[in-house]
Amino acid sequence: MGITLLAFYLFAIVAVCSGLFVVLARNPVHSVLWLILAFFSAVGMFILIGAEFVAMILAIVYVGAVAVLFLFVVMMLDVDFVELKGGMAKYLPFGLAIGAVLLIELGLVFGHWNVADNAEALRQSVTPDLAEKHNTIALGSVIYTDYIYLFQASGLILLVAMIGAIVLTLRHRTDVKRQNIQTQMHRDPAKTMEIKNVKPGQGL
Amino acid sequence: MGFFETNLGIFVTILAQCLAVIGFLLVCAMFLVYGDRKIWGAVQMRRGPNVVGPWGLFQLIADFVKYIVKEVVIPAGADKTVFLLAPMIAFVLPVVIWAVIPFNETWIVSDLNIAILYIFAIGSLEVYGVIMGGWASNSKYPFLGSLRSAAQMISYEVSIGFIIVGIIISTGSLSLVDIVKAQDGNYGALSWYWLPHFPMVFLFFISALAETNRPPFDLPEAESELVAGYQVEYSSTPFLLFMIGEYLAIWLMCALTSLFFFGGWLSPIPGLPDGPLWLIGKMAFFFFMFAMVKAITPRYRYDQLMRLGWKVFLPMSLAWVVIVAFFAQFGAFGGAYARWVVGG
Repeated sequence: MGITLLAFYLFAIVAVCSGLFVVLARNPVHSVLWLILAFFSAVGMFILIGAEFVAMILAIVYVGAVAVLFLFVVMMLDVDFVELKGGMAKYLPFGLAIGAVLLIELGLVFGHWNVADNAEALRQSVTPDLAEKHNTIALGSVIYTDYIYLFQASGLILLVAMIGAIVLTLRHRTDVKRQNIQTQMHRDPAKTMEIKNVKPGQGL
Repeated sequence: MGFFETNLGIFVTILAQCLAVIGFLLVCAMFLVYGDRKIWGAVQMRRGPNVVGPWGLFQLIADFVKYIVKEVVIPAGADKTVFLLAPMIAFVLPVVIWAVIPFNETWIVSDLNIAILYIFAIGSLEVYGVIMGGWASNSKYPFLGSLRSAAQMISYEVSIGFIIVGIIISTGSLSLVDIVKAQDGNYGALSWYWLPHFPMVFLFFISALAETNRPPFDLPEAESELVAGYQVEYSSTPFLLFMIGEYLAIWLMCALTSLFFFGGWLSPIPGLPDGPLWLIGKMAFFFFMFAMVKAITPRYRYDQLMRLGWKVFLPMSLAWVVIVAFFAQFGAFGGAYARWVVGG
């Protein structure tokens, strides 16, 4: 138990510190790198509670895909650090106000949290024994049977979001030359090339 | 209770296993670079490295010493921390993945039940070494190289993922040991996955080339366009780390091809004993193919590479997942697609 506890505190401290540095880092690219470290500590904590499937998905989706896109966008920005630093003093009260409101709201929610009577029983019943069923299989058998409609609906929402993003950014430009792969592949050397016999010292 | 069941004993065992794997990998990396250069030289009718040691075998040791003792040059405008962090990431991540690669049924550092997800998770982080290196160099060519690399590696990860999903559907397990066990049949090489998953072998191999930035898809470091891409500003040990990391990633892709499609440590002829030598032989064969592709093919153009990834490989592998799912569900071809006895 000792090592697990030690690992938990290590991951927790790293997560909180890197979360802090996301906000405090002067360079936005450093912020994203700290964010990646925060995600990574979250992955470690998921592994500690035995949710290895969720942990790996978190690593693949957030660290491997989402954070790469963040980094991609942030690297392209032309940032003036002095101006950014001046902005921080200006926006600090707003940030603190929003944080305080969130904290109060969370406090209110937890203060009036009603746990349903059968919640504890339900929680026990869906969790199969870790030794006989890995949580990848357990999750799969629940998601694809009991919650198949919800699962499909969430997939549909993502699909709509993707189509929306494509529709917003797709524009057919007429002023550029486009390649037609089919015509390129079916080009005939006999029709497109001509061999000329150039006499020495004359040129064409 | 013996020493190897105490906490310290377990720790020592795991440490020894990790060191054994790392030692094996570093020796492999040395011979891979040598082999790569020899094969490349042979195709171009040159001799390749042939001066240091017998047949030039010690060339890589000489190069290694040279890289280590040279000065580390850090560009004036570079972001020093990130600049030095990038090669470490590029070296450590490919090594870390080898923890779940089985060399034999029990020769494995950690037999995770989610080994494939783990490989995928760590593999998707490898792009950070390249991006960070390119950005921290604070120079145009490295930056362009790292942007290309990021887009390329993410694109081909998608098709590799779908190809692996087909294998997972057939096996019913995410563990690499189970995947190899599922390929154990009475017909030797004919019961491996390359036969039922035939078209995907080629897709996987080509995607692996693109994923590891190997020619003909070496656009992140295309000499003719970007000097050396994201590595331009790197010298001595950091460069060495990038290079070893790259070769270990290639070696890993060879291992994955052998494990997924060619039966891992299983022997191709029924009756012969199975063993890790088969796996290493298969990996060496695929590395030979990697080297030959490098020697023979001209470089792709970047837009062609992206078109190939998103418009050819992605639809094909996605369609294959659906087809495999149908075959597996209805037990087509004598259950060749549904070997769930092993997985569960």
